[in-house]
Amino acid sequence: MMFKTAFAALSALWLATAAGAEELKMAVTTSFANSGLAEVLLPEIQKDTGIEVQLLVVGTGQALKLGEAGDVDAVLVHAKAAEEAFVEAGHATHRREIMYNDFIVVGPAGDPAGAKAAGSASEAFALIEEAQAPFVSRGDDSGTHKAELKIWASAGIEPAGDWYKAVGQGMGAALNTAAGMDAYIFADRASWLNFDNKAGLDLLFEGDPALFNQYAYLPVNPEKHAHVKADAAKALEDWLVSDKAKGLIEGYQIGGQQLFHFNAEAM
Amino acid sequence: MVSAILPLVLEDVELRRQGKRILGPVSLTLEGEGITVVMGPNGAGKTSLLRAMHGLERINRGRAVWQGGAEEVRARQAFVFQTPVLMRRSVLDCIAYPLILDGVERKMARARAETAASQVGLDVTLTAPASVLSGGERQKMALARALIRAPEVLLLDEPCANLDLHSTAEIERVLIAARDRGTRIVMSTHNVGQARRLADDILFLFDGRLIETGSGDAFFAGPETPEAMAHINGDLLP
Amino acid sequence: MNDIVEGLWQAARLVITLDPGLAEITLRSLQVTLTATVIASVLGLPMGAWIAVNRFRLRRFAIAILNALMGLPPVVVGLIVYVLLSRSGPFGVFGLLFTPTAMIIAQVIIITPIIASISHQAIRELWADYHDLLISLHATRAQRIKTLLWDGRRALMTAALAGFGRAIGEVGAIMIVGGNIDHATRVLTTAIALETGKGDFGLALALGFVLIALAIAVNLALHMLSGTERGSRW
Repeated sequence: MMFKTAFAALSALWLATAAGAEELKMAVTTSFANSGLAEVLLPEIQKDTGIEVQLLVVGTGQALKLGEAGDVDAVLVHAKAAEEAFVEAGHATHRREIMYNDFIVVGPAGDPAGAKAAGSASEAFALIEEAQAPFVSRGDDSGTHKAELKIWASAGIEPAGDWYKAVGQGMGAALNTAAGMDAYIFADRASWLNFDNKAGLDLLFEGDPALFNQYAYLPVNPEKHAHVKADAAKALEDWLVSDKAKGLIEGYQIGGQQLFHFNAEAM
Repeated sequence: MVSAILPLVLEDVELRRQGKRILGPVSLTLEGEGITVVMGPNGAGKTSLLRAMHGLERINRGRAVWQGGAEEVRARQAFVFQTPVLMRRSVLDCIAYPLILDGVERKMARARAETAASQVGLDVTLTAPASVLSGGERQKMALARALIRAPEVLLLDEPCANLDLHSTAEIERVLIAARDRGTRIVMSTHNVGQARRLADDILFLFDGRLIETGSGDAFFAGPETPEAMAHINGDLLP
Repeated sequence: MNDIVEGLWQAARLVITLDPGLAEITLRSLQVTLTATVIASVLGLPMGAWIAVNRFRLRRFAIAILNALMGLPPVVVGLIVYVLLSRSGPFGVFGLLFTPTAMIIAQVIIITPIIASISHQAIRELWADYHDLLISLHATRAQRIKTLLWDGRRALMTAALAGFGRAIGEVGAIMIVGGNIDHATRVLTTAIALETGKGDFGLALALGFVLIALAIAVNLALHMLSGTERGSRW
C-alpha cells in the first residue's frame, strides 16, 4: 500500500517535472533577440504554459531553413514575402502576425549626406548614395537586409561601389563595423537602443511607414515533420496573441521608448 | 648448469646493408662455458655479429640456430647495449621491467630488482629516475636488468666503452661472478687489456670476417694472423 | 584600453559574486570540452601509438591525412556535423542538433587528429629509444604499446591538453551545431560572440578573461595531479 502511494507520488512528480520541462525550439531573428524582449517574455511563457522556449538566434534566411528541415518547432521572423512562400510550400501550417517594430537609419552624428532632412526613407538612401558616404549593409539575406534592399529598390538605386560595404554578419557585428568606420547603416530600432558601442553614431532618420517591420509566427508543419511539438507550438501561439502578451509587448521600453507594437488579430 | 639453448651454430651468416656486406660469411659454434671475447678493429663487425646472434638483425644469407623452441631461446638470453637504454622510470623499475613482462607481481619484481642491484654493486637511490645515473651506474643498471632473468647466455656489446678504470673493474668483477655461476658470456671489446683479463676464448673479426679463433691464452701468446698481431700490439693497420 | 580594464574589473566582479549565469555557462563549457577531450583521448592516443609502432602500407598516407585534419577549419566541421544531425539529415532521428551532445561530437572530430598526431610524434621518439630493448626482451605487441603509453604519459598528457585547449576556445563549430541557446547550449565562447555582437565589449572581455583563467586552471590542475615539472626531465 505504502509502496503504491510512493510510486504514485513519484510518478506524479516525474510527470510534473516532465511537463514543466517541455522544451520548444524556436528560431528567431537577431533583431528580435537583441531587443531584449525575449528575456521579458520567456519566463512568463514558462510560468503560464510550462513550455521552456529555446531560442535559436539566426538570420531570417537560416531561421526559415531550420523550420524547413524540421530542426525547430516554430519560427518568429520578419520577412513577409519569404514567410508566405514558406507557408505556400507547406513548411508551416499558417502565418500569424504578432507585432511590429520599425527600422531606422543610423549614421555619423555629423550627417555628411544630410539624410536627416529627407522626406522619406528612399530619399534618405538616395542622399547617402549621392554623397558616396560609407554605408554598412548586413549582406546576410536576413529580414533586415531584405528590408534594406527593398528601400534601395524603391529609390531606384542599385547599391554598389567602394562606399557600400556588405559585411555578411549579424546586426550587432554590423553595428560594430559601422561604429568603427563612422558609416551609415540600416538597423532595427531595438538592436540600436540595446547597442552599447554607439561611438560617433546617431539616429538620423525614422518614422516612414515603409520602415515598419512586421513580425510573424510560423508553426512548423507536423505533417512534414512528425517529431515537431505541434501542441506546444499551438499553446505558444495562443499565449503570444493573448492580452497578457499584448501588455508585456506594448509595455516593453528601452530608454523610455516603446519598441514593439502589438497587432495580432483574433482568428 | 646444463644449457638448454646451446650450442649456438652460425652457418655462413652474412649481413648486407644498402648493398654493402657488413658481416660474413661467418660460421662458428658456441658451446661450453666461460667468456668469449669478440675482438677486432672498429668496423670489423663486432656489434653486427652480436646482434645477429641475438636475433636483432635480419640475416641475409646463412642462418643462426639455437637449440630449443623459439620462446625458450628468447627467454634465456639477454643483451647489454653499448649505450644502455634508459626507460622513463625509476632505477628500480628499470631493473624490474623484464620480470614485469614475465608477469611477475610488481612487489616481488621490485624486491628481486633490489637484490640484482646490490649484486652488481649499484649503490644509488633506487627510487630516483634512471636519468640521474652516471655513465658507470647506467651500465651497472643495464647489467642488473640483463641478469635479473638469470639468462643462460649473456651478450654484451662494448660494456665498458667510455667508462673509467674503477667502473670498468667493477663491471669485470660482476661478469666474472656471472661466469662462475655458469652463465655463458659473449662480449665485444676494443680494449686489449680487458680481453686479456677476461677471455676464455677469442673470436677475432677483421673486415666482417672471422679470421682467427682460439683460447685466450693461446691467442695472446702467439696470434696466427698478422692482423691479430697488429691489433694486440696496437699497431696501425694499413 | 579602457575596455580591457573594465573587462578585467567585470570579470573579477562576476567571479567574486559567483554570478549564476557565469557559473552555468562556465560549467557547461567544462562539461562539453572535458567530455570531448576524454573521448578524443581514448580514440587518439592509441591511434597515435599504433601508427608509431606499426609498419603498414598506407602509413605515410595515414600520417599525412592526420596532419591535414589537424588544420580542419572548425566551421567546416560544424557545418558537416550540422548537416548530418539535422532532422532532414541521416542521423536526424536522434534529435541531437542543438544539444550539448552535438557540440561534443563536433569537438571530438576537431581535436582527435590533434591528439593522435601529437601522441604519434611523442611515441615515435620513445619507440626509437626503446626499440632495441623491447625487441631484446621479447615484449609482445600489446606489452610494447602499453609500455610506450605508460612511459610516454607526460607527453601524452600534453597531447590531451593541446586538444583541450583547442576545444575550450573553439566557437565556430559549436555555434553552428549548438545554436547558442540560453540555458541549453550557451557556453563561454558563444556567449563572448553574442556579447561582442551586442557591442558589450566589457562583458565580452570579462567572459574572455574567465575563459583564459579556466584554461590555465585546468592545465595547472592536471600538472599538479600528475607531478610533472618536478625536478627531472619527465
